[in-house]
Amino acid sequence: MSSDSTPSGPARVAFYNDPKIRSIFYQLALLAAIAFLVYGAVSNAIENLARANIASGFGFWNNTAGFDISQTLISYSSQASTYGRAFWVGLLNTLLVAGLGIVFATILGFIVGLSRLSKNWLLSKVAGGFVETIRNLPLLLQLLFWYNAVLKALPDIRDSIVIPGGGMINNRGLFLPRPEFLYGFEMVLVALAVGVAGSIGFYIWARKRQERTGQQAPVAAVVLALVIGLPLAVLALKGFPLSFSYPQAGRFNIAGGVEILPEFAALLFGLSIYTAAFIAEVVRAGVLAVSHGQVEAAYSLGLQPRPTLRLIVVPQAMRVIIPPLTSQYLNLTKNSSLAVAIGYPDLVQVFTGTVLNQTGQAVEVVAITMLVYLVISLSTSLLMNIYNRRVALVER
Amino acid sequence: MYKIASLFALAVLLAAQGASAQTLKTVKDRGALNCGANGTLAGFGLPDAQGAWTGLDVDFCRAVAAAIFDDPNKVKFVALTAKDRFTALQSGEVDVLARNTTWTSSRDTSLGLNFTGVNYYDGQGFLVRKSLKVNSALELNGASVCVQQGTTTELNLADYFRASKMTLKTVTFATANEAVKAYDAGRCDAYTTDASGLYSERLRLASAGDHIILPEIISKEPLGPAVRHGDDQWFDVVKWVHFAMVNAEELGITQKNVGEMLKSDNPEIKRLLGTEGAFGEQLGLTKDWVVRIVGKVGNYGEIFEKNVGQGSPMKIARGLNGLWNKGGLQYAPPVR
Repeated sequence: MSSDSTPSGPARVAFYNDPKIRSIFYQLALLAAIAFLVYGAVSNAIENLARANIASGFGFWNNTAGFDISQTLISYSSQASTYGRAFWVGLLNTLLVAGLGIVFATILGFIVGLSRLSKNWLLSKVAGGFVETIRNLPLLLQLLFWYNAVLKALPDIRDSIVIPGGGMINNRGLFLPRPEFLYGFEMVLVALAVGVAGSIGFYIWARKRQERTGQQAPVAAVVLALVIGLPLAVLALKGFPLSFSYPQAGRFNIAGGVEILPEFAALLFGLSIYTAAFIAEVVRAGVLAVSHGQVEAAYSLGLQPRPTLRLIVVPQAMRVIIPPLTSQYLNLTKNSSLAVAIGYPDLVQVFTGTVLNQTGQAVEVVAITMLVYLVISLSTSLLMNIYNRRVALVER
Repeated sequence: MYKIASLFALAVLLAAQGASAQTLKTVKDRGALNCGANGTLAGFGLPDAQGAWTGLDVDFCRAVAAAIFDDPNKVKFVALTAKDRFTALQSGEVDVLARNTTWTSSRDTSLGLNFTGVNYYDGQGFLVRKSLKVNSALELNGASVCVQQGTTTELNLADYFRASKMTLKTVTFATANEAVKAYDAGRCDAYTTDASGLYSERLRLASAGDHIILPEIISKEPLGPAVRHGDDQWFDVVKWVHFAMVNAEELGITQKNVGEMLKSDNPEIKRLLGTEGAFGEQLGLTKDWVVRIVGKVGNYGEIFEKNVGQGSPMKIARGLNGLWNKGGLQYAPPVR
């Protein structure tokens, strides 16, 4: 062997044949091409907008909006508020309906999904019928159905149905007494915070003790006492520093109280039911994915059916359920933009509807809206991924 | 869906190339005019049971088509909601927007539109149930009002209640159809839009006789056709089609007598009908452009009476829309 031969490693190749360098080169080239395309599209759009005399830029954000919105979670008025404020109003309305929708859809979906697996023939057939009907009808149609069904079924404002306790329901919405907090109520909130913190502490302590000694503690009763009992006790001690503003019928509308719009109710109802049908199937699939041997093993250890479900089946099913459940949550959030059809002022209705039309700045408004949905969806997805990592099978 | 499609079209178009500046040539090459119209407002734009479009704005588009092609049916009507109409025009999906659209300064400037004139002088009003026993809009304090999104109406409504120190609850819908349906279902105490629209929508309610239109007109709503900024030739064509129809009415030229009028000695009529001068050619049209418009569609007064006036179920009086020499505001510059 001559001394100039390389002792080890693959044969030396020219740098342009090196797969590593080649792959870096191709990726850089692709990146440059994408950057050029984006730059070209953006600069072209700006130039053409200018040529067509269409306003561009984000200056409209601070202009006065001048239109009213039917449901505002933050203070908003047509004369004083800006388009930017209208955007936040719309966004909060979207988050409200999506957040509540996710909660209701999950609860209903789990109930229906587990019912479908029930040994009770009627229950399982009813659940199956629900899933097949709801899942196979377009959501928009369902929303219109709920909205019109809700409106048509409810009485006129002058013949409101009075709910015991001071509420009213009519075709303008559901009106409930609004609690007004008087001096001393903050102590109740403090008690609530203490109760929640205490419950968490007790739960951790009880779990640790159970792991150590096998003894179970009455967690549910203690949590209930701490979270509900403690604040109630403080409330009574302070002499109920709470008054209610009751809805009163005015000449046209009902004044005072909390108002729940029929548009909101219909949208929440429609979204929750529609998504629940999908979640039910996800849950059913998850439970069926748990091998039957697990249940048999639990029974042979002497566990009752309910603890078997809670301790053996559900934790394992969750691993299968979480990823598709995440997409259902994302779907629900995105589907909430169908609000536009029934007059609920969500982000799309307010921002890409009225604001876009009044300012004419379609490119900016649509870009902002898409970005917002992207952020909402990615955050939901991120939270679910964190949860998924916690429940996922840890392989050693 | 339609909206998303047209927004994409706008984005693609803006990103790819500027809207064609030669609309007249594009229309001629295509062989048809694309007209953005209201698909749900009787009297202004509505397809009938056979799918034939009728209405004042529809006839305006037919007049433009007649002037270009000598055929009022070479129009493709695109039904647009109030919310999507500007995007459709900006993106080039339609050549002219004749959809009872209010002429405002911001639409003229920041939306990049050019309004070609006013083919209907209107104002915003309120429709309420008779059973409410309301006689004036000033009694509507605290009322719920249904309104269509993306309209000047939406802004005027907030302004009017603020200026009159009244509160209101607005319920906003994407289309007029849904707003009217919700009003009819009792969701709102009042429905508001341009007065002409109120007369038209009232006919569609379950029992039209139970509703009245309040006397207050709370805004100026000059409704007119619009084209894109940046094509002066096309702007001129569309603008002068309207003026030609008004001038024809003023000179007594009707669909029936336009043939005889060709023999008239009146120099104004001769210029308008193209038996003298080359005014049509200057617009990029033919000499007999007005003969085509009036012969195929009619003069302004005729299309008004047919669609919204005495010949229609709405029976709206000419009022502000009468000719200037008869107490109205319709006035056209001379052809010469």
